[in-house]
Amino acid sequence: MNIRVRYFALFREQTGCVSEAVSWSGGSAAELFKMMAAKHPLLKTQAAALVAINDEMCGWETPLNENDEALFFPPVAGG
Amino acid sequence: MKFSVSNTKIDVEAAKQTVADKHCGALVVFEGWIRDHNEGQAVERLEYEVYRPVAEKEGAKIIAEAHERYAISHALCIHREGLLELGECAVIVCVSSAHRDAAFDACRYIIDETKSRLPIWKKEHYVSGISEWVNCEQCAAAGHAHRHP
Repeated sequence: MNIRVRYFALFREQTGCVSEAVSWSGGSAAELFKMMAAKHPLLKTQAAALVAINDEMCGWETPLNENDEALFFPPVAGG
Repeated sequence: MKFSVSNTKIDVEAAKQTVADKHCGALVVFEGWIRDHNEGQAVERLEYEVYRPVAEKEGAKIIAEAHERYAISHALCIHREGLLELGECAVIVCVSSAHRDAAFDACRYIIDETKSRLPIWKKEHYVSGISEWVNCEQCAAAGHAHRHP
């Protein structure tokens, strides 16, 4: 399936890209992150990282569907 | 808008007026300011990156949750984005209620949830010339030894 991935803040700096198109066999957001971490060696899993799909916050176990956009948020620090 | 993101200076008095109500005997205001140090480093300025589509949606949910949990009348939260100088107000939470306990509790709830749930990132620029994303786990593990662009 074809999806898009967007990176923010630290993750954007670690991957060197804002967003990219990905073609893969499907799975959860966590599995997608793992695949992208294999592609971008500086991208590391962080316990406090968050994920959203199509602008809705969700859990890392959430599966992606065709044409979804996954947003990878590094640990947040508002306030 | 009960939750909003602003790229200009926060007008504290105007924010307070939006929660004014004659039925309320209490107003609690929390302001988060840019301080000149963090974890032993002298801070020069700070930069907030906000992903607005999700931050605004989740921020509105947090305000709604505060209304469900506490007996408050009005609540408002404004968060800054972009480059901020020392002493500037980065975030404000205003809560009004008939009695003070609910306003204190709701104000605390809103700022805590805002800090932990919203896609907002803070990059500190230190006097030393180094800059770092706050809460970066690799920074913490490396004792602030590595550089970010």
